Amino acid sequence: MDLFEYQGKQFFAAYGMPVSPGEVAFTVEDAVAAAERLGPPVMVKAQVHTGGRGKAGGVKFAATVDDVRTHAENILGLDIRGHVVKRLWIEKASDIAEEYYASFTLDRSAKLHLGMLSAEGGVEIEAVAEENPDAIAKIWVDPVVGLTEEAAAAWVDAANLNPAARDGAVDIVRKLYQAYVEGDADLVEINPLILTPDNRVHVLDAKVTLDANAVFRHPDYEEYDATQSRDEREQAAHAKGLQYVGLDGTVGVIANGAGLAMSTVDVVNQVGGNAANFLDIGGGANAEVMAGALEVINNDPKVSSIFINIFGGITRGEVVANGIIEALSQVDIDSPIVIRLDGTNAEQGREMLAPHLSDRLMLEPTMLDAARRAVALAG
Amino acid sequence: MSIFVDENTKVVYQGLTGSTGRYYGLLNREYGTQVVAGTNPRKAGSDVDGIPIYATVAEAVEKTGATASCIFVPAPFVRDAVMEAAEGGIDFIVVITEGVPAHDEAWFYNKLKRDYPGVRLLGPNCPGLISPGKANIGITAGHIAKPGGPVGIVSRSGTLTYQALYELKQKDIGCTTCVGIGGDPVPGTSFIDCLEAFEADPDTRAVMMIGEIGGSAEEEAAAWIKANMTKPVVSYVAGVTAPPGKKMGHAGAIVSGGKGTAKAKMEALRDAGVRVGQNPTEAGELMAEVVAGLD
Repeated sequence: MDLFEYQGKQFFAAYGMPVSPGEVAFTVEDAVAAAERLGPPVMVKAQVHTGGRGKAGGVKFAATVDDVRTHAENILGLDIRGHVVKRLWIEKASDIAEEYYASFTLDRSAKLHLGMLSAEGGVEIEAVAEENPDAIAKIWVDPVVGLTEEAAAAWVDAANLNPAARDGAVDIVRKLYQAYVEGDADLVEINPLILTPDNRVHVLDAKVTLDANAVFRHPDYEEYDATQSRDEREQAAHAKGLQYVGLDGTVGVIANGAGLAMSTVDVVNQVGGNAANFLDIGGGANAEVMAGALEVINNDPKVSSIFINIFGGITRGEVVANGIIEALSQVDIDSPIVIRLDGTNAEQGREMLAPHLSDRLMLEPTMLDAARRAVALAG
Repeated sequence: MSIFVDENTKVVYQGLTGSTGRYYGLLNREYGTQVVAGTNPRKAGSDVDGIPIYATVAEAVEKTGATASCIFVPAPFVRDAVMEAAEGGIDFIVVITEGVPAHDEAWFYNKLKRDYPGVRLLGPNCPGLISPGKANIGITAGHIAKPGGPVGIVSRSGTLTYQALYELKQKDIGCTTCVGIGGDPVPGTSFIDCLEAFEADPDTRAVMMIGEIGGSAEEEAAAWIKANMTKPVVSYVAGVTAPPGKKMGHAGAIVSGGKGTAKAKMEALRDAGVRVGQNPTEAGELMAEVVAGLD
C-alpha cells in the first residue's frame, strides 16, 4: 500500500520524526483557507502515488495567499504520469541549507534490511546510484539484531553529511528504522532530508509503502487501503477480493494461480494479441468466484474476447467446468469466451462443457491454441 | 533418489486440526507421506483421523521421531510456529501459509540462520514439495507427477509447477523431486539451494527451473549454474509483459526501478547455457529433447 506524502509524514511523526505543519486540501478554497491558517510562505504539493511531481509542476512555492490560489488552480486536476491530482498538501515552507537522502527497504538478495543514506539528496536516488554510487552510504541490518546506536552513528559518519547534521541525522535514521520495522513497511524514504540554516535536521518529503499482509497487526491501515490509486476495474475487482491488475489490451484473462495468470498474459502477447488484465482466481475456481471474475472483465469496455485458462490440480476438472457453467448462468457476457482446461480430470470437465459450446463459448486443447483463438476473436 | 524428503521422512503438521491443514494432511498421508502427528495445544490428546495431536512440536518429535514439519497455521501465527518447530528439534520446515508479513519472514529467516543453522526452511507461500512415489508434503496434486527421474523441478510459482509436472508426465518423463520455493520476498530455500541439491543427486540428470518477475533470484541462479552446474537446465520465466510497479499476484512478483524484468532473467539464464522456453509448453518440449539426449 502506497501512502500519500502527507500520510507518510503523519506516519513518521508518530515515531517522533520532525515534520512541518500542514493541511490536506481537496479544493482551491480549502487550499487558500489552509494557507491562511498556516501563514505564508507555504508549499503547495500535489498528492499522488508517483514520483517526478516537481518536474511535472506539481510542487510550488507560494509567498502569498494569492500565489496559493494560483498554484492550487493549476495543480488540481493536473495529470502526473497518469495520476490525476485530486488532493493537495499545503505545508509551512522551510529554509534549506542542505539536502540529503535516507531510506530503508528489504534487500531480497542479502535477505537483510538495507539502509541508504546520501549527502546528495533532493534528486532521484537512482540517478545518484548510476552516476556517483560512492555518494550513497549503505548499511545492511540483520532484523534479529536491529539498528544499534553505534551502527547508526558509523553509517551516518560514512555518508559525509555536514558535521552540524550528524546528531540530528543519527536520531532520525534510528527512528526511521523503528518506523520501518514496527510499521511493517516495505519502503520508507525521506528525500530530501534537510539541514536548515539554523542546523536542524528535518523531514521534507515522505515516501512510504506498507505491507498489506501486515494489516492484521495494524487495523488503522485500513484507511490507507481506501486511498490507494486503482482504476475503476481494479477497484471493482478489489471489492470482490480478486487479484487483478488492469492492462491496456482487448483479451480478458482469467487463470488460476498467479504464475499461470502471468504466463497467460505473456502467451496472449506472444501470439500477437494484448491482454486487458491479469486476474488470478486462486485455487478453488468455484461458480461464485468465476462469476465475479467474469463480471469484472465484462465491465471493461475494451475487452472483445475472454480467455479462461485453468489448470486443475487438487481442484478437479469437473468442478471447474461446473463452476464455469453456473457462472455463465448468473451473468450475461458480451464477449466470446475461449476456455483451456487441463490437469486433473480435464476430460470429464471438457465433456461437461461440450453441450454448452457455441460460437460464444469455445474449448481449445492447449494454452497456445486457446490464446490464438482468443486473439483472433478480439480482432 | 530424491532431495530433501523421501518415503522415510516423518512429518508433523502444525495446523492439522484446521480445515485446510486437515484436508491436505490427509491427502498427503493417502499419497504415502509419513504424517505422524499434528499439533494444537487446545486439542492435545485427540486425533485427526487416527493421527495423534500433541500440544507442542517438541512433544510430537519426542513421541514420533518426526524430523520435518509442514505449517498450515494462519499468517499471524507463522512466525511463532516456525520457531516452535526449530526449537522442537525439526530440521526441515515447510510453510504453506500465504500472506505472511515480509518483516516476519526476514526475521525468522535470519533467526534460523543464526541459532539453528542446520534447519532448512521452505516457503512461506509455497506449494511444498513432492518426491513422486515417496512423499508429498504440501498442496501439490500427487497424481499429476510421474515417479522416478530423471528430472528435478524447482519453481517460484504453484500452478506453473503443476503445469510442468503434468506436461512431463504426459511425455512419460518422471521427476525425482519437485520443489516449490514460493513467491514471497524472502523464501527460506532458494533456487541455488535446490540446484545444488539436484547437482549432487545421482538420479537427477536434468533440472527444470521456473522463475517469475521480481528480485534477482533467477540472475543469481544463472551465475551459480554457469560456475557449478554440470547437468542440463531448462527454464521458463513468467511475466514478460508485466507492467512495472504492479504486484502480479505474488508479494515478490514486481518489477520496480527497472529491475527484476523477465527479459533480463531470461538473458542471464541463456548466458549461463540454460535452454529457455517462451512458454510452459515450449519449456516442456525442450526438456523432452534434453531427456531424449541423455545416454
